[in-house]
Amino acid sequence: MNRYFDLSRRRFLRTGAVGGAAVLAMPLLGRQAGIPGAIAAETPANTDAELFVALLDDGRVEITCHRSEMGQHARTAVAQIVADEMEAAWDRLFIAQALGDKRYGDQNTDGSRSIRFNFERLRLVGASFRHMLAQAAAAQWDVAADACRVEQHKVHHDATGRVLDFADLAAAVGTMEPPPATALTLKERSAWRYIGKGKAIVDMQDILTGRGVFAADVRLPDTVVASIERPPVVLAKVESFDASEALKVPGVIDVVEMPALTENPVLFRPLGGVAVLATNTWAAQQGRSKLKINWSASPNEGYSSGPFRETLDAATDAAADIHADRGDVEAALAAAAQRHAARYHVPHLAQAPMEPPSATARVVDGVVEVWSCTQNPQTDQQLIAAMLGVEEASVRVHVTLLGGAFGRKSKPDFAGEAAFLAHKTGRTVRVQWQREDDIRHGFYHTVSAQHLEGGLDGDGRLTALRHRSTFPTIEATFDAGAEVPSFETDLGLSDVPYAIDHLRAETGRAPAQVRTGWMRSVANIYHVFAQQSFMAELAAAAGRDHREFMLEAIGPDRVIDFAATGSKFANYGADFAEYPYDTARLRHVLERATAMAGWGRELPKGSGLGLAVHRSFLTYVATVVEVSVSEAGELSIPGVWVAVDAGTVVNRDSVRNQMEGASVFGLSLALHSQITVRDGAVEQANFDDYVVARMPESPARIEVEVVDSDAAPAGVGEPGTPPFAPALCNAIHAACGRRIRELPIGDQLRA
Amino acid sequence: MKLNVNGAEHEVDADPTMPLLWAIRDLLSMTGTKYGCGAGLCGACTVHLDGRAVRSCVTPLAAAEGGKITTIEGLSKDGSHPVQQAWAKHQVPQCGYCQPGQIMQAAALLAENPSPDSDAIDEAMKGNICRCGTYPRIKAALLDLAEPAS
Repeated sequence: MNRYFDLSRRRFLRTGAVGGAAVLAMPLLGRQAGIPGAIAAETPANTDAELFVALLDDGRVEITCHRSEMGQHARTAVAQIVADEMEAAWDRLFIAQALGDKRYGDQNTDGSRSIRFNFERLRLVGASFRHMLAQAAAAQWDVAADACRVEQHKVHHDATGRVLDFADLAAAVGTMEPPPATALTLKERSAWRYIGKGKAIVDMQDILTGRGVFAADVRLPDTVVASIERPPVVLAKVESFDASEALKVPGVIDVVEMPALTENPVLFRPLGGVAVLATNTWAAQQGRSKLKINWSASPNEGYSSGPFRETLDAATDAAADIHADRGDVEAALAAAAQRHAARYHVPHLAQAPMEPPSATARVVDGVVEVWSCTQNPQTDQQLIAAMLGVEEASVRVHVTLLGGAFGRKSKPDFAGEAAFLAHKTGRTVRVQWQREDDIRHGFYHTVSAQHLEGGLDGDGRLTALRHRSTFPTIEATFDAGAEVPSFETDLGLSDVPYAIDHLRAETGRAPAQVRTGWMRSVANIYHVFAQQSFMAELAAAAGRDHREFMLEAIGPDRVIDFAATGSKFANYGADFAEYPYDTARLRHVLERATAMAGWGRELPKGSGLGLAVHRSFLTYVATVVEVSVSEAGELSIPGVWVAVDAGTVVNRDSVRNQMEGASVFGLSLALHSQITVRDGAVEQANFDDYVVARMPESPARIEVEVVDSDAAPAGVGEPGTPPFAPALCNAIHAACGRRIRELPIGDQLRA
Repeated sequence: MKLNVNGAEHEVDADPTMPLLWAIRDLLSMTGTKYGCGAGLCGACTVHLDGRAVRSCVTPLAAAEGGKITTIEGLSKDGSHPVQQAWAKHQVPQCGYCQPGQIMQAAALLAENPSPDSDAIDEAMKGNICRCGTYPRIKAALLDLAEPAS
């Protein structure tokens, strides 16, 4: 079972009886300062971030994870970091899952930031405990603390051979003041026993035996299940409905009209519609299928993604918002010995995690209690508080395991539905989205059109590159009518690393007419597909080896000063001093992946190798794909080689697993997946028409090399995705001469 | 209706057209078997019916009555089934949501064919989607379990 940690109830506990156990709650206050402080001294400066580790009187260590677990193994990584510095034995710790509470600081498990944001503060928490345990033992033995060695849940006094277990010291530690940061010594890297290793995940046994609790697995007394028919087009409203047949279905209890969503921006609000409540999921779904609903018109029903392609192309040709500009691209292109240009298109996509959205809610004594597969419980709190007119502190959000997320579960509309129904009916309500709901009512990865043009000199060297991109922006989800993208331009557009004198990146403008949201690696997907495909096209135009062409374009090893070279790139919000863009690391992963793949080796007819390399979420990834294309246009992928430099890594095996999974995620969107919209409504519904990769087409092997690095920890969950599609398409070109410029590949190779 | 689940008889009061999945999850409160698509397309709901892997989301109760149903909770008491052990050894799961279905499908495959090769594994496992992309590890775990063909 998942354990939940309720900060509000235990916040001020230092020692004392909680369920019969002596507890030490250790906060760490202030991410920026990174200094542990006294618990009771709450000041505005230090209320923004707290973490908890509890040493129970039986010696077990309870570590609270405030990040959502969605397959990236955050719960395990948090435990590895704390336990390493604390010298806790791996079999004597367990993980509690934090409720949503802004006093933890950022809980938005998104943007590949869980380790980046928390590595140092978690180490300090662990080191604080280690320090106090040594102090407590020293006091008991009347020896110097620095003569005490803390190792694997025991404190040793080597001179006399005395040993105390953490359990023997829990009570004493509970009376101590946490040490100032200046008193702490963090372990040397060489002494790490968990960090950097491939620990088995803490949830393994629960997952393998079916005991892991995902959102739909929460079981509370007297729960009713709601299935909701939502408007087929965003902003359409229920004009009238007839529930008489639905109410005749055995098990159906009630039918409730949801609050309509009537205007932009849509934010994370529920879509509206009609909910059928029943004693079980099947009855709710049966009842829902018998609803008769008349929907109003919607301003979005003029949107069809097919014809929209021309709108995007026209906007791309008129692109005028500049994100990177150096030299004189137009003059350089005009002067080039050879020019080459190409257009690329990537469709709308759905995250489609295997667990469809689900949440349970109840209202007890004015407190709204929610269990949700959310990537950010604080967003659930904000949305529900606003919907129901209650204080955020009165919304208690329990985070279950997430059955995949990929960005979809950052948007808590489904938890808002459950909270609304619980509040309205006075019941405990579990909202269960069907797969069809997930595919049709998403926050979609945006549709995009791009145009790239490059110039080569007489020696086939890249001299100028212009990249134009148009896509309805995620900004429109929050700002009605927004057409100018913001952070998306940092993802593969303004962060071009090439040592060339003439470079320009521009965007056109286009309206969002479906709900638009982020999906694993976000705009990197389309920008890197286009740019890394185009570099291969340029290399081919120059008649040169792609790898050699890329290494030359990346140029000499250096740290790029983007501001000085005309780019607005903001480095994923990270300090450039801590996370420089280091082209030596980019070069290195490219060299490693190509070496692993045997770049340049002889391949049979119809086979080819393709590469792509990109830094995203502060992590450098190069991917090489080997593909075989039959005469009939059928693909197979004998091998994939990935080199990743994510700086310091916590769980080496989880990093490999993420690179493997990100490659398969990239494979799905490269081969099959697309969301199309007709008259404002999504045309796909389930895994028969929203197609994702299955085992037979998965690469026969994926080899991952995790580069050893002492650099600051960077992202892992997302950066493996962007290079896959262009590496595959470059391999296809190498194999059979066909250039893919539009995703998905679908049957393009069969034509 | 009577259902035999993991060796125990259960009396459920349900429409015979109700899919087995919802009886297991909602009426018997055994939540290890997952909902993924409701249409037999993803395999998250895979259970054994008389030893065969079936999609419980499209198996009506009428078809399950009288048969022996095994869910992930009944595959082993403690995760000791060889497939579960191989999954742990190869660190297969990411989010884990599809894995009960993958494990039940894999266990049925090995019961029928103790020595599957790569193609046989593809064929048996192609109905089970893992959106996290753990296919290479699932295959490695199954190849590890496959007995050398005699």
